Amino acid sequence: MIDQIKAARESALKRLAAAATSDDVRAVEIDVLGKKGTLTDLKTALGKLSTIEEKKQAGSALNEASATVADALAARLAELRRAERAVQLEIERVDLTEIMRRPKRGHAHVVTQAWQRLEDVFVGLGFQVAEGPEVETDWYNFEALNMPANHPARSMHDTFYVDHGSPGSTVLRTHTSPVQMRVMQTVAPPIYMIMPGRVFRNETTDATHLAVFHQIEGLVIDRGITLPDLAGTIEAFTKSFFGADFTSRLRPSYFPFTEPSAEFDIRTPSGEWLELGGSGMVHPNVLRAGGLDPEEWSGFAFGFGIDRMAKERHAINDLREMYSNDVRFLEQF
Amino acid sequence: MRIVHSWLQELVPVGPELNGMDIDTIADVITNLGLNVEDVARVGGSVAGVITAKVLRTERHPDAAKVHRVYVDAGDGVERHVWCGAFNMQAGDMVPLATPGTVMPDGRAIEPKPILGISSDGMLCSARELSLGDDHAGIYILPSNVALGVPYGEALGLGEEIVYDVDVPRNRPDGNGHLGVARDLAAKFGLALTAEPALIDPVEPARSATVKIVDGNRCGRFTTIVMSGIAVGPSPEWIRRRLSAAGMRPLNNVVDVSNYVMLECNQPNHPYDFDTLGGGGFIVRRAKQGEEIVTLDDVTRTMSAADLLICDADNVPIGIGGIMGGKDSEISETTTTLALEMAWFEPNAIYASATRLGLRSEASIRFDRGVDPFGMGRAGSRFVELLRLTCPDLVVHAGGVDSRSKYLPRPNIITVRPSAVSALLGKDFHADSIRALIEPIGFSCEQVDADLQVVTPTWRPDCTLEVDITEEVARHHGYELLGRTIPKSTVPGGLTPLQHRRRRLREVLLGLGINEAMPHPFLAADDLAKAQLPAAAVRLTNPMTAGDDVLRTSLRPGLLKAVAFNESHRQFNVSLFEVGHVYPPSDDELPAEFEALAVVLAGAEAADAVGVWRELANAMGWGARLDQTNVPTGTHPARSATLSLGRDPVGVVGEIHPDVADAFEVSERVALLELNLSVLLTIEPSDARWKPTSRFPSSDLDLALVVPHAVTAEKIDKAIRQSAGALLVDLQLFDVYRGAAAGDGARSLAYRLRLQAPDRTLTDDDVAAVRTKVEAATSKMGVTLR
Repeated sequence: MIDQIKAARESALKRLAAAATSDDVRAVEIDVLGKKGTLTDLKTALGKLSTIEEKKQAGSALNEASATVADALAARLAELRRAERAVQLEIERVDLTEIMRRPKRGHAHVVTQAWQRLEDVFVGLGFQVAEGPEVETDWYNFEALNMPANHPARSMHDTFYVDHGSPGSTVLRTHTSPVQMRVMQTVAPPIYMIMPGRVFRNETTDATHLAVFHQIEGLVIDRGITLPDLAGTIEAFTKSFFGADFTSRLRPSYFPFTEPSAEFDIRTPSGEWLELGGSGMVHPNVLRAGGLDPEEWSGFAFGFGIDRMAKERHAINDLREMYSNDVRFLEQF
Repeated sequence: MRIVHSWLQELVPVGPELNGMDIDTIADVITNLGLNVEDVARVGGSVAGVITAKVLRTERHPDAAKVHRVYVDAGDGVERHVWCGAFNMQAGDMVPLATPGTVMPDGRAIEPKPILGISSDGMLCSARELSLGDDHAGIYILPSNVALGVPYGEALGLGEEIVYDVDVPRNRPDGNGHLGVARDLAAKFGLALTAEPALIDPVEPARSATVKIVDGNRCGRFTTIVMSGIAVGPSPEWIRRRLSAAGMRPLNNVVDVSNYVMLECNQPNHPYDFDTLGGGGFIVRRAKQGEEIVTLDDVTRTMSAADLLICDADNVPIGIGGIMGGKDSEISETTTTLALEMAWFEPNAIYASATRLGLRSEASIRFDRGVDPFGMGRAGSRFVELLRLTCPDLVVHAGGVDSRSKYLPRPNIITVRPSAVSALLGKDFHADSIRALIEPIGFSCEQVDADLQVVTPTWRPDCTLEVDITEEVARHHGYELLGRTIPKSTVPGGLTPLQHRRRRLREVLLGLGINEAMPHPFLAADDLAKAQLPAAAVRLTNPMTAGDDVLRTSLRPGLLKAVAFNESHRQFNVSLFEVGHVYPPSDDELPAEFEALAVVLAGAEAADAVGVWRELANAMGWGARLDQTNVPTGTHPARSATLSLGRDPVGVVGEIHPDVADAFEVSERVALLELNLSVLLTIEPSDARWKPTSRFPSSDLDLALVVPHAVTAEKIDKAIRQSAGALLVDLQLFDVYRGAAAGDGARSLAYRLRLQAPDRTLTDDDVAAVRTKVEAATSKMGVTLR
């Protein structure tokens, strides 16, 4: 019997080794371990052995043979499945650079991107964000900002007037500064505010000038605010927005609504100075127009163009491109 | 303002050879004093290859309208032919000729480029082409006595001049003269200004040019000096050179000295021929409405009653006060006696007149910023000193007239508190340190207790307040030396909730694959009509281009134009959105401006727009009623709806009317969503509340409902939700069928109901019960289950 067991075992292992498919393996299982399998039959025949010793030996050999075959069976099956999966996977091979469709993502306008980055930087410096109307009264746009009627400084602004109210009373704001006045009238100091928005200048457009563009304005009013506070804030902004290897400077200039006034420039790591915007200490007349006592409160204000930030960042050579609304432009950013 | 370095040096000893400062450093110092040097140029050096030539004759060519043929002699006796586009020369004139091979300062190489097959033996040059100034109106006519055929620079004695191009701010009128810049530099470097010119020593016999100021509020001061012994001729070479470098064309000694004095002392002045001056004097009065005068530039100007005229003593206008002289007011080559006029005019009125006349002159830009009301003495002395160089017989006559009105400004006296200056500048300044900074630039100070009484110099009319003095202190101390500090914000920084919601809105739209556009906020006159939107709109009073004068009342036309633009560039199916302001008219102080959102989806259908609306509404926590019975103007009548909050419309959803698409030359269908963000973004949505997710299995129930056309899907939706009860966790419309099988007047809507209980596995009976309830509820609406 022992020989029969050995033979059945060897035959099964041989067939398994030769099995080419999982079906072949299953056939071996049925032929050897199935209801009428060779080893099953031998198990039934155990009872016919005469001595207990013989039964013991044959039983033990039989168990060993069954276990060995079962293990080999499982192993061969796994092996074949792996091979079959591998073949299937290879059949499924695709060229990943063969792209017919791609998910669509909307692109925020470059100006919005710059606008939000600027907001984020100033929020990080402890500023809040205020907004105001784009169509403004002459009072907010000029008069309250120390530019009464016929003030020659108005010539620095090429103003769009609109047919609303009495002639000359209503303008498209030429700067975001009127929002300063609205903030002063509605928010009690201390004020740490930026005011981004759309502004309008009636001037011929070209690669570097637009009639409709965007500015961001900053206003700080608190007790004991100084000119060095302005310089320090501009410097902090410069480093935060442009990078630690950029620096800034203030140089004297003139704006009717600030005194002392300063232009601010930034220096690129290559040593080039770029004019960025205007700034200064809020003029006492402006503080008064906003209902604040200049003996109690002082402050600074600054402003610059948002569009130019986008232009510089993305090396766009013509500002007008940004307003073409051509999807081939929009989807670049 | 072009500030010439050598001129500056004559007033203050700065420069590498004088105080060791190189040019770039001086430029930086000027900039940091508030007179921004935008450029440093080296001008007037000779351009190699440009020689003097004499015009022999000129000749038109029948086929050439814009150029003519000029024949010149360059000293070698050979007649050279040159094509020329300027016509200001005549036979005998000496002109600069750029010979072939010359490389011009702008990099252009001169070649014998033929026109009409006839080549040009070089090019005649304008002053600008030779970097001798801004004049490009004609060829630069050289003085008649220059040598022939020599480099023009040699002939003119041109040396290179260094020119600082200075952007002079409005509050620094003195910066429009070399003297003002020199004064700032002298103070900064601790140097002394060159001594003032010697005072005029008038001699008998007295000769007076009379003055009558009628409108004293417009003319604060009017002075005249008569001088004889004038011989009109060329100026010394160095005067010509400096004037050219400063951008002015030298003419003759009298005019050149007049300009020189203006550019140095910032005092415009006018020399009249005294022998031809009507009545031998002047009347300063406002013009009569409609009165006409021909100005120097040969243009007839019509005056308004607000403009100021300078008239001769016979009341004949001879100039527009402070702006430009009359055509016949110039001196001539035979002039021997001058009446030199210098005045102070009220700045704002000059500005208004110059603006109204569209006439900005060297004089008007100086008067409208404010010249020194007491600067005529020095300017007059300088005029005489310089003119004597070419007119040694010049006699200044006694009898000079100095007529003043009570409107002539006086120096301001300002109380300056060192404590206030220190507080604003963040650094301690004492009375002494303030004095040390501002006295060298002409402010005189007297200490009264802790404060200073500061008398402003009359050339600084901008200084009227303590804070103006603070700026002078900061400027001369140096902004950079004040240091940098960062104020500690005492408020919490951040966006407002509304601003956060606007960002969220953008994120959702971008996530839906829609690009952000920024169309122009001005519309053409017919854009609203093309869009079938109401015509009422606010208009620009002074549009940039005639026609583009409508302030938009809707974002729709701008986006439709963007779609059309993209279609015309073969970009189809574009999806665009805009967040921007619109400005409908209103009777209030300002138009009814509000912030809007518009989304256009080209090549899409109304349902896509509704899908965007639903996604937004879900993300933003908005609810609004979709009312298809209320069709917005300009939209597809059967595919559009008004979105309303209560009774207030807050938006539009659907499709653009095909007529509108046609009008904008858009060929695709365009789905549209418009929302009033000024309303919707103010809604503070409550935060979503957590609903536990059931761990028990769910069952799907599919129902095909035959629904009459009159019943909207929204109503069915609502009926199913109400009747299905708490077991319904999700409801999807997954098929719509219109056709014979659905019967007349109805369509089939297929819904999938996902049912689930929080605490148990559903049985078939549970599902059947829901089906029965839904059937009962919808049958009341005329719906049958298939």
